[in-house]
Amino acid sequence: MSIAQSNKFGFTINRSRLIDYDSSDRKVREFITLKEPSFRLCFACGGCTATCTAGQHTSFNLRRMNTYIRRGEIEPLREEVKRCMLCGKCLLVCPRGVNTRNVVAAAADAIGKLERNEL
Amino acid sequence: MKTTSAHIVVAGGGVAGMEAAGTLAEMGYRVTMIEKDDEPGGHLLQWHALFPDRRPADEVRNYLRKHIEQRNLSIITGTTVEKIRHHGSGVLVSLSGGTEEKADAVIVATGFDLFDARRKEEYGYGIYDNVITSAELEGMFNRGRVAKADGSVPARIGLIHCVGSRDEKVNNNHCSKVCCVTAVKQAIEIRKMLPSCEVFCFYMDMRMYGPYYEELYRESQEFHNVNFIRGKVSEASVNINNRLVIKVEDTLAGRPLKMELDIMVLMVGMEMAGAGMKLAESSGMKRGINRFLETADHHYGNNLSGIKGIFYAGTCTAPMNITDTISHARAAVAETVRYLNSR
Repeated sequence: MSIAQSNKFGFTINRSRLIDYDSSDRKVREFITLKEPSFRLCFACGGCTATCTAGQHTSFNLRRMNTYIRRGEIEPLREEVKRCMLCGKCLLVCPRGVNTRNVVAAAADAIGKLERNEL
Repeated sequence: MKTTSAHIVVAGGGVAGMEAAGTLAEMGYRVTMIEKDDEPGGHLLQWHALFPDRRPADEVRNYLRKHIEQRNLSIITGTTVEKIRHHGSGVLVSLSGGTEEKADAVIVATGFDLFDARRKEEYGYGIYDNVITSAELEGMFNRGRVAKADGSVPARIGLIHCVGSRDEKVNNNHCSKVCCVTAVKQAIEIRKMLPSCEVFCFYMDMRMYGPYYEELYRESQEFHNVNFIRGKVSEASVNINNRLVIKVEDTLAGRPLKMELDIMVLMVGMEMAGAGMKLAESSGMKRGINRFLETADHHYGNNLSGIKGIFYAGTCTAPMNITDTISHARAAVAETVRYLNSR
């Protein structure tokens, strides 16, 4: 099969969807854990997201964001953190007592630091 | 047998107390069982059918009732044990009526209290009609009819797992163990009773830890069309049609979800019984951070109090199903007899 033919069949390079844990960046996780240790307690029940006002209208999902941070997946964070209105309703719901609002604030902080090469 | 003249007081007449008292009496000991309610049986008295095989709760009740019908076993009802203290080589047990029992040993089997669902105010128990507890649903099964408060037939029922369990907000970090499988059992029973009623279980993790529990979970999907949504319900309200509306994240879809329900069943967990806590307080028995009685060793001494002559049986030490409660009570008997023989 020639190169011209293969292009017809759409053989292009896709970005991998793998969570490549060995090359992911856990600096953000370490920073957030240090600033808000209760971050470690999340057991992904989704109570925060159920009650979240921002989450009713945007893609904001604190439960998923926590998982991304833990896995070192930083890319999705940059847009996500901007959607939180810091109302703190999630804080009232969390059965593990995570200071969820502080987690978001720390995540925003970490993203800023990352961009300024300070992390 | 040299020690069968010994007298043992059993504090509590639920499943653990009945099993321990009956077994000791069978072995020839003189036993006094103290029960706070008017009859022995404990929480089992409310139950219609048991997991995992949905056998009638009566079968186990009848076994226990027969087990305690022995001439060397006396039962004092409507009474609580207030205090246990050492007296010579034995113990002196103070009862709520002001009387005292002299004994050689005590088995504490004060059990659990069901979580008071009003403490999770966001679920609206005691505020909205049609928010009920798993124990109240069992009462509906006993009466043979599952209905809304206005008597109408429900079209959709939601069972909410972990109410009062695994929840720091109510100071209960522990898992109550039995609520997951109870929800699956009750979901199947609803589906059999009302085939046109949809049933949803809202869970955080499905903890099917016992024999045939996982199989029951599978059966509920395969033959009874029970639905499972992974997420903790954050709140409930009532809409203009007088239907409950719940908010939850469908964590597997990754999106918030709302759903109308006709009946919301709160799977209430287990807490250390109030009467047991008072007894622990007055008699110097240690309690763990989960407020249940702390045993001397949680692997090989989990019937031992660490206090001479006092032994523990059943859910006063931790949430337990009936099978494990009966085993734990028999183990408490073994420890008690070993103690009496070693004196």
